[in-house]
Amino acid sequence: MTAVALRRRRMLRRLHGGDALQTAALIVLAVIVLVAALAPWIAPHDPNGLDLSAALGGASGDHPLGTDESGRDVLSRMIYGARTGLLGPLVVVAVSTVLGAVVGVTAAWCGGWVDALLSRAMDLVFALPGLLLAIVLVAVFGPGLTAPIAAMSIAYVPYVGRLVRNVAVQEATRPYIQSYRVQGWSGWTICLRHLAPNIAPLVLAQSAMNFGYSLMDLAALSFLGFGVQPPDSDWGAMINNGASALLQGAVLPALAPGAAIVVAVVAFGIVGEGVADRVAKREA
Amino acid sequence: MALFLLKRLAGMVATLFATALAVFGSIYLAPGDPAVFLMKGRPATPETLAAIRAQYHLNDPFAVQFGKWLGGVLTGDFGRSVQFRQDVGGLIAARLPTTLWLVAYAALLILVAGLAVGAVAALRRGVADRIVLVGTGVATATPAFVAAIGLITVFSVKLHWFPAFGNGTGFGGRITHLTLPAVALALTFAGLLARVTRSSMLEALAREHVEVARSRGVPGATVVRRHVLRNSLGPISTVTGTVVAGLLVSTSIVETAFGLSGVGQLLVSSVTVKDFPVVQAVSLLVVFAFVLANLLVDLVQPLIDPRVKGAAR
Repeated sequence: MTAVALRRRRMLRRLHGGDALQTAALIVLAVIVLVAALAPWIAPHDPNGLDLSAALGGASGDHPLGTDESGRDVLSRMIYGARTGLLGPLVVVAVSTVLGAVVGVTAAWCGGWVDALLSRAMDLVFALPGLLLAIVLVAVFGPGLTAPIAAMSIAYVPYVGRLVRNVAVQEATRPYIQSYRVQGWSGWTICLRHLAPNIAPLVLAQSAMNFGYSLMDLAALSFLGFGVQPPDSDWGAMINNGASALLQGAVLPALAPGAAIVVAVVAFGIVGEGVADRVAKREA
Repeated sequence: MALFLLKRLAGMVATLFATALAVFGSIYLAPGDPAVFLMKGRPATPETLAAIRAQYHLNDPFAVQFGKWLGGVLTGDFGRSVQFRQDVGGLIAARLPTTLWLVAYAALLILVAGLAVGAVAALRRGVADRIVLVGTGVATATPAFVAAIGLITVFSVKLHWFPAFGNGTGFGGRITHLTLPAVALALTFAGLLARVTRSSMLEALAREHVEVARSRGVPGATVVRRHVLRNSLGPISTVTGTVVAGLLVSTSIVETAFGLSGVGQLLVSSVTVKDFPVVQAVSLLVVFAFVLANLLVDLVQPLIDPRVKGAAR
């Protein structure tokens, strides 16, 4: 029992590195994930339940964060909004991390014209702002989450790919990789079993930060009306709705989801930087 | 240097060509007939469809269509807007001043605030540094539209200092109308620049030649100006390039949030109604500015640090 508890504590310490700020950020992220997962059980009201008589009501016991212009409960909509808010970036980060890792390792391992071709391709994608790519795709395929997520997944590939390539190039010259080569292991095995695990922490740090950035980008697209469509609740779309109520003096419908976005992005940034710092320390 | 410039220009043209091809070709990725697509789903008689096909050269092979469109773009003819029934070039030209004012205003704020805050953090370690780290952490995590909401709440609704909507006329009107949008646009990027300035200056401060200068009794301000700041300008200029380029995209969010009629807002409203000629033209314009900003940074780098010239690819 104690051994298990001890091991668990050591695991926790490895996770947060003993830094109070890191711990706080991880707790915030855990809370957001829990809220998103348990939305149907903890939301006090139906997120789409209209009640025009209670429109733009301020904070009260029944509605802790007030109601929006259609009388829907802001807190419940925010709780459900955490679902779309996390799901979109999750897909973006998963796709861009895998694609970026594959492209980066391939470029570094093969070298020569493959490296040149892949690097130029990544430069090209890097030259296209992700937000613009998403807007163009929305123009073609219509609004909804699909086009923005697809665009962001592609746009974030160079961020991961360039990093992986540079690290992998350095890593490939190190003795342990060289000796595997001499021993006749195949490139596949060396890359998958030995190279990838060694560069994974650094990629993880970048991906954590990308999660925050893509959350911001996707929320921005929803704010513009290109992402999550009504009546589905989303933090960005809620801000768009709440903006008109702002001039009537009701600030909570717009400010509350705005605060949620900032808190989530800050937390992801702190976690990402923390991991990157520790990787840097380990390397040094 | 000439070869470097030539290579960079060739790369820029290649990027622009690829973008133009992608932007123009994207309409063919859309499900359905492009002519119907250009009608934005409105019911159309066969005659109107035929007219649209003729107007947009839809009966030609793709390469010919692309060539005609690109030829038009190069001579400043971006086609006609479906939504406004006007030349796209004119629509953009009418809105460009607002956007340029906004971007210039925001860029100024970013440079002044970012450099000053970053320098303060690097030079005054301790409390100031901690405050700056937390402040820039929050600033970089605040998307422009959230900043816009916060600024409108405080400065328009509560304090009535600045208007929440509209373009404004005359120089003074523009400044008062564009102040909140510029701040909202600048916040994220200023935080980013402050962080880069801070770490870059800290790196320069730790170098030996700075210590030598100090121990020889060179005044502190001179050391910072001549030995620290100059040496840290490399990363700062790189980030400034990306920032200015990023401004051009984020401006569409801020213009929408503040109801400014600029190029970014034109892009957003055109996407909403599927006004494809406008979307194509604005996208190309944004990428052009993006690439141009990065080229400028590459050209400025050797001026800041002559060692870069030798290392130029």
